[in-house]
Amino acid sequence: MISVKNISKKFGKLQVLKDFNLEFRLGNSYALMGPNGSGKTTLIKTILGMVMPDEGEIFVKNQPIKGSHSYRQYIGYMPQIGRYPSNMKIGQLFSMMKDMRPEIKDYDLELVEAFELDQMKDKAMGTLSGGTRQKVSATLAFLFSPDILILDEPTAGLDPIAVEILKAKIKRERAAGKLILITSHIMSDLEELTNQAVYIFDGEVYFNDTIESLKELTGEVRFSPAIAKLMQWTLKKKVTKREMSHVETT
Amino acid sequence: MLKLLKYALYDILKSRFAMIYTVFMILVAVSIYQVSDDLSKVSLSLMNIMIMIVPLISAVFATTHFYNNLEFIELMLAQPVKRSHVFLSQLFAVILMLSLSIMIGFGLPMLLWGADTSLITLLAVGVILSAVFAGFAFLASVLTRDKAKAIGISLGLWIYFSLVYDGFVLYLIYSFADYPLEKVTLGLVMLNPVDLGRILMLMQLDISALMGYTGAFFQKFFSSSMGLLIAGGTLALWTLLPNLFAMRVFKKRDF
Repeated sequence: MISVKNISKKFGKLQVLKDFNLEFRLGNSYALMGPNGSGKTTLIKTILGMVMPDEGEIFVKNQPIKGSHSYRQYIGYMPQIGRYPSNMKIGQLFSMMKDMRPEIKDYDLELVEAFELDQMKDKAMGTLSGGTRQKVSATLAFLFSPDILILDEPTAGLDPIAVEILKAKIKRERAAGKLILITSHIMSDLEELTNQAVYIFDGEVYFNDTIESLKELTGEVRFSPAIAKLMQWTLKKKVTKREMSHVETT
Repeated sequence: MLKLLKYALYDILKSRFAMIYTVFMILVAVSIYQVSDDLSKVSLSLMNIMIMIVPLISAVFATTHFYNNLEFIELMLAQPVKRSHVFLSQLFAVILMLSLSIMIGFGLPMLLWGADTSLITLLAVGVILSAVFAGFAFLASVLTRDKAKAIGISLGLWIYFSLVYDGFVLYLIYSFADYPLEKVTLGLVMLNPVDLGRILMLMQLDISALMGYTGAFFQKFFSSSMGLLIAGGTLALWTLLPNLFAMRVFKKRDF
């Protein structure tokens, strides 16, 4: 569904993605993990075409995305921080997004009802709280029932009730056979919602397999310690790398 | 594209800034109309204010607008729409808003108290200068990642074209006063959209006689259709070049 091939990206001198290769398949749910600044959001943004890679190609549904914009109709994206025009009302924002995809007539209004956004449709976006804005972002991502869902820290800033509603929704979409990509630092959420783990560190893929095999590999029964162990390994590897280069230079 | 523009316009026209700017323009025009009954004096005073204020407001407003809307632009970029359309909708919304403010702010008093060709030229020059400086501002915005830096560059361009450049031209004219400089000055005027707008305005008034031989030369040049064509073409270039370049950068920019 999405294949990322040999993607490299530099921001100034900082190499964010190094010769990146990944394959995301329909019907799977991927947990995208890694410490802050490891390149998770950059990867998502290159898939969405918001960041242009220096090298490499990305294919969505076997079509190269370079110079194309129509492939984005298959993607529902929930950004980490959703900010919207402050004078625009919720209702107008929704009709605008519908306007952007005129060919889709069936809307998934489950979350609109669950989050009770209908009652707020005359509220201006600028007056909304951070959590309500997150609800709007989430609803927009699911509105067109896209085949691919990319959720960047979906549960951050939501109240517990909303988190449960959103998680239930993600689970339903997963059962419906969609491709789901989630980044989060909340391990319990990821364990609940995903079956594949992708661990990124320093712009490289360190782990890409099922969660089961991750647990096997690390010898842990639970997800959270397994990831912690993986993190420790990668950090150690970095330290040894640094020590060796130190030896070489002296 | 039109859909994007519709929503961008909707947001911008409801902003407090659009209201304040329009009211400010009305106040300026009304007070100047009150002071004098002579239309050519009115247009001269309006021109002097407009030629300073309009580029400044356009530059600062367009830059802040771009950065305030960055998240919205990002939202649009994640939708199935063309990048160039996202850019153009934002740009046109800004230019339309600035132009509308001038049209309403200066135009309403003109409708009430009368206008002549110089005042119509004034409106046209105001709209063009808005577009030119919105272009500079968008260019500064897409080239930097920092709002303060972008505003700095926009302000720098305004200071350069509105103040520094004139000083430079004056210095040149004084230093080479012994030589015939009409053509050189004409060339120099073409290199500055603000000066070009000002001269186009002045040529509509009768005061070009006060500018000596150069004034007569300018009068002759700008009243010929060839001269007007060249001046119009140059202004069009000043409008198009920064905007097109900004769009090119925007298409390749990372968000």
